[in-house]
Amino acid sequence: MIPLQVVAIALTALGGLAVVTSRDPLRQTIVSGLYGLALIVLFVVFQAPDVALSALVASTVAFPFVVLSALAKLRRSRPK
Amino acid sequence: MSRNARLGLFGVSGVVLAALLVWAFTGLRAFGTFNGEYGWILDDVAGKERHVTNVVASVVFDYRGFDTLGEEFILFAAAIGVAMLLREARDDRERPRDEVRSDAVRAAGLALAGPTVVVGLYVVAHGYLTPGGGFQGGVAVAAGFVLLYAAGRYRSYRAASPHSFVELAEGTGAGAYAAVGVAALFAGAMYLENIVQLGTKGSLNSGGTIPILNAASGLEVTAAMVLLFHEFLEEVMYQE
Repeated sequence: MIPLQVVAIALTALGGLAVVTSRDPLRQTIVSGLYGLALIVLFVVFQAPDVALSALVASTVAFPFVVLSALAKLRRSRPK
Repeated sequence: MSRNARLGLFGVSGVVLAALLVWAFTGLRAFGTFNGEYGWILDDVAGKERHVTNVVASVVFDYRGFDTLGEEFILFAAAIGVAMLLREARDDRERPRDEVRSDAVRAAGLALAGPTVVVGLYVVAHGYLTPGGGFQGGVAVAAGFVLLYAAGRYRSYRAASPHSFVELAEGTGAGAYAAVGVAALFAGAMYLENIVQLGTKGSLNSGGTIPILNAASGLEVTAAMVLLFHEFLEEVMYQE
């Protein structure tokens, strides 16, 4: 295993931990985006560019969009 | 459950999970060993048999093209299902005004929308030459539309992707995929068999039916994602 791969694995592990430990849903969405980025780097480093592209569009476009629109909807229906 | 009980449960299951993981990891092959016979065979024959440089595309749109047909229709059904659940007769209402207050978000959205669409189209078009393909590129193109909305132009977002057009595109994409398979039947081959001339390996004109199926799935995925985004955005944009 080359050092770059070790770094990518460590970053992904840290990212997953950060997603689980953040409590505010809005913040969690942003953190999960960063975690997705770490995962994408991992796929690229392990020479799986096709998987990386799929993960890229799913974790940076589709998933945050659905969560954010749900959060926005909740915020509107229950004003502070 | 009390806090102590939960911690106890976590402790026990954590120890068991850790033990199982250690047991599993010690039995793994050495790092980097690949034991997939099918993978080696494809690596060897895909280029010669199908004239494509991205072996993944030859699997997705040819060797296992039938599986992808199923996936196309899963996405199709999912998008239609969301539309049926969330859509109300709203098109007669006035479209809401834009609400973005941050100039930075506006500028970033406007600057990124065009390039994102171009990158997406590139990823679709070269799916069988370099990493990528209809699915990945399709979602990227749809992301370009979302960025238009993020730039604070909900009305231009809607104008750029009229409902009727998006629905037509989605149906055409899914239908074209199935139709390519039927065309093979008429040519006397098996369903979804690669019947078109394979062309020159490494050029855009290569792969036979692979580029056609790739483009069809790109169209389907783009339209399905835009349709999904539509329905979710409507939920947010129109206040009850």
